Amino acid sequence: MAENAGMFVKWTSAAVATATLVGVAGTALSAEITRGRLNEVQYRRIVADVFGPSIDIGGRFEPEVRRDGLMAVGAGFVSVTPSGMEEFDKIARNIAQQVVSEEHRASLIPCTPSAPNKADAKCAGTFLSEAGKLLFRRPLSNSEVKDYVKVASQSADKLGDFYAGLGTALWTLMVSPEFLFQQEHLVADADNPALLELDAYSKASRLSFLLWNAAPSPELLAAAENGDLNTMEGVTRQVDKMLASPRLADGIRSFFADMLGFDEFDSLAKDSELFPKFSFQVANDAREQTLRTLADHLVVQKGDYRDIFTTRRTFLTPLLGSIYGVAVNPDAAWQVYEFPEGDPRSGILSQVSFTALHSHPGRTSPTLRGKALRELLMCQIVPQPPGAVDFTLVDETDNSQFKTARDRLDAHAAEPMCAGCHRITDPMGLALEKFDTSGQYRMTEHGATIDTSGALDGVNFDGAVGLGQTLQDHPAPTDCVVNRLLSFSVGRALTKADDPWVARLQSVFADSGYQFPALLREIVTSEEFYHVPAESMRTQAAPYVKMASDTSTQEIRK
Amino acid sequence: MIPLRKMNRRTALRGMMGGAAVTVGLPILDCFLNENGTAFAATNAPRPVRFGTWFWGCGLNPGRWEPTTVGEFTEFGPELAVLDPFKSKVNVYSGMKTFLDGKPNGVHFSGAICCTTGAVPTDLVPTDHPSFDTVIADTIGQRSRFRSLEVACTGVASHSQSRRGASALNPAEVSPLALYQRVFGDEFIDPNSAEFTPDPKVMVRKSALSVVTDKRKELLKQVGAADRERLDQYFTSLRELEQQLDLQLRKPAPIETCTIPESVTEKEIGTEIETVKENCRLFSKILTHAVACDQTRVINIAFADATSSLRVIGGTQSHHEFTHEEPVDPILGYQPGVAEFNAHIMGSFAGVLADLDGVKEGDGTLLDSMIMFASTDHGYAKVHGLENMPLMSIGSGSGRLNTGLHVNAVGDPVTRVGLTMQQAMGVPIGTWGTLSNETSKTITEVIA
Repeated sequence: MAENAGMFVKWTSAAVATATLVGVAGTALSAEITRGRLNEVQYRRIVADVFGPSIDIGGRFEPEVRRDGLMAVGAGFVSVTPSGMEEFDKIARNIAQQVVSEEHRASLIPCTPSAPNKADAKCAGTFLSEAGKLLFRRPLSNSEVKDYVKVASQSADKLGDFYAGLGTALWTLMVSPEFLFQQEHLVADADNPALLELDAYSKASRLSFLLWNAAPSPELLAAAENGDLNTMEGVTRQVDKMLASPRLADGIRSFFADMLGFDEFDSLAKDSELFPKFSFQVANDAREQTLRTLADHLVVQKGDYRDIFTTRRTFLTPLLGSIYGVAVNPDAAWQVYEFPEGDPRSGILSQVSFTALHSHPGRTSPTLRGKALRELLMCQIVPQPPGAVDFTLVDETDNSQFKTARDRLDAHAAEPMCAGCHRITDPMGLALEKFDTSGQYRMTEHGATIDTSGALDGVNFDGAVGLGQTLQDHPAPTDCVVNRLLSFSVGRALTKADDPWVARLQSVFADSGYQFPALLREIVTSEEFYHVPAESMRTQAAPYVKMASDTSTQEIRK
Repeated sequence: MIPLRKMNRRTALRGMMGGAAVTVGLPILDCFLNENGTAFAATNAPRPVRFGTWFWGCGLNPGRWEPTTVGEFTEFGPELAVLDPFKSKVNVYSGMKTFLDGKPNGVHFSGAICCTTGAVPTDLVPTDHPSFDTVIADTIGQRSRFRSLEVACTGVASHSQSRRGASALNPAEVSPLALYQRVFGDEFIDPNSAEFTPDPKVMVRKSALSVVTDKRKELLKQVGAADRERLDQYFTSLRELEQQLDLQLRKPAPIETCTIPESVTEKEIGTEIETVKENCRLFSKILTHAVACDQTRVINIAFADATSSLRVIGGTQSHHEFTHEEPVDPILGYQPGVAEFNAHIMGSFAGVLADLDGVKEGDGTLLDSMIMFASTDHGYAKVHGLENMPLMSIGSGSGRLNTGLHVNAVGDPVTRVGLTMQQAMGVPIGTWGTLSNETSKTITEVIA
């Protein structure tokens, strides 16, 4: 561990120079710098944490991008477009205005200016260095504080209003790249010249965004400041506190919302004539139901990850009760509900969030459901449909002899060109056919009884319950969640170099009885989580960064 | 990033032959001094040129859109007949294809991306190449308040087809009300208002922004190549914000055609066809006024996503599913249900064109000052075909294009149209596209 890691050391050419030596290739570690753009949830949470929940944020955020299965990876590829900047500008102005408003200033601004119509550099400095630290997730340097105070003073003088000036300076903080992007700073690892290490504040950010999906708390920033995060023992102490906090649920929810592709809820709609019960609110509740189920099962109940496919315990609202056709207390909002033994519903795949999300607006799609299961929960890749396929056989949808989806797909899959992929997806999807496109239970389609027999990798079963049990025993879902969670944690796709780390995580996960928090803990107490091979920076480094070797100085070019 | 635009002076001049040669190597403002175009009759002031895109998913029924004759044509195919009122202003491009060069066919994706960026994506990740509307916006739109305005009538911001590379998809407005407020809300400065007082708050913000922009050099120095590109994009966007503030501090010149549209109320959004059409209609009104008031010179309308999720109330299949699953009617010889969706799409497009054509400007209309490029994802969506992709341009861009023509170039890459559009708009390129989609063959017959 670097001795200077507790200080805020920017990753400058000097830091690299001390770290990078010629011939350090071949290290097993593979972390690299990521600078994810804050997503909407993170942005909103930071503002609520720093300025309180009464600040109205509003606004439209730029769409996120999915890469290698995760938005968290996509975040490392996106930038800010001109119209996105326009929005960040508006949102930040709106927030700044509220923070300095008469309503909020007493509670949010820790000092009173000497005169309200004039600049007051001291008071502005107090506020801006505090707010700046929380927003940038690291202390501002003296010269930065000076710059922002200057903005506040000049603006206050011009507008004849201390608070308006302060609002302007706060606005500049919030449109800054240091706020909008997760920036990680690396310092030399004194123990291992082949590595660069995240500085303490970057460690705090990584930890906090992963475990709580939030910026570091003042307590964690203090731990960074006083050197606690310079040793793994110190890191572990903070980790254990964070794992014990109810805020862990926010981190876990953010991971599963990403892994399960829940961003698609934004555009989920069902035909209002065929499925009048399904509304925007139902979709929202369905999303929330699954996230609650997972957070409860994995953290509160300390459940085995594999049981997410079979658990009958969930949470419902009265609205969801009407979709599921079960009696719930109409006066309570969220309530625990346990489907009885023998009920066709068990596990998250039988929930509306899965069956409705992976269907068409007007009807189900066993193919989409099977594909989602393979890709999202088993990390397998289902090939794209071929480019020049003739769908003649699916044309027969109006044919009265094909009443059910199974009939239609069987006909379609008789075509050898189509059969290959449909064999991968359909037998699992067909097991869920008793849930219509809005997630409601049905026995028949077009008057024909629905057959929900299914198969997965050689195991035959019936219905959602059988599918859940089969998945519970299948090795793919646990391997998959380890890979996805690690990729989510480091904000990039995994590479071959991560294999030993993945293998270790898999064995820790299995040994813990597939306890999800144990998996998280192992990731954030891994040395790999905080280090980047110096060699990897060679391809990343700016061309004019001079890097020192023990014998000569060489210029690194891309 | 692979440089997409290759040119030397010679190819540029060749590409510009007979075209908007005046734009080569000259400052932005000179782009508007279009020698071939018409100037405002009354004032002789140069006429602005504008650009727009119209995107829809799932193509059209083959054989039902192409005019029966090439060159000057008298009749559209039936699925474009609704564009009849603008026939003399439309160019139809048929026969062109997207070359995959051995890459997998990212169905409903590869073709759409190729038409707008000139490159075929490898996976379902967009290429690093920008869509050419952004290149045109950088050429003609630098002095307007918004470099470009994007809308998606289906209510999903990421249905936008305008991108500045893989890292920056220009998000579309999905709510007409939000678009209205963005363009004609508090920050709109009426160019025809006698009063103008610069807002001191704007002045303050503009000077405050330097505390961020000044960090550019230092921050870029510290990051690796990929991150540098993203941060650079951020700073470019920040610079545009600065320019917007700058514009707000200057009294705009009066614009005769500029009137403020009626405000709109919050509407339902979604993919149901009547909702989509209504939102498109509202967007079109606002965008037309935005162009007339010179708030932007580039508009991008995504009527639907490539995997067209348009649907009819009570129907179990979306437009996309229809294209694959509806049988070809043995008597009609095409997919009639698909044709109905196509009628909705082109009907809405005709509405947009009518709005733009309804605003007189000089001796022409707004539409005459524009080139509106229309593209889709497939030639024949039923089989994911990438041949004979329907492409159009509408408007002459103030005389830069000859119009009323049907160009049939069987087997040529679709990029020929994008290349020609860019050259007509004064982008100094001679070659555009990658691999087999690379072309330097300007469609010379349409260049005025």
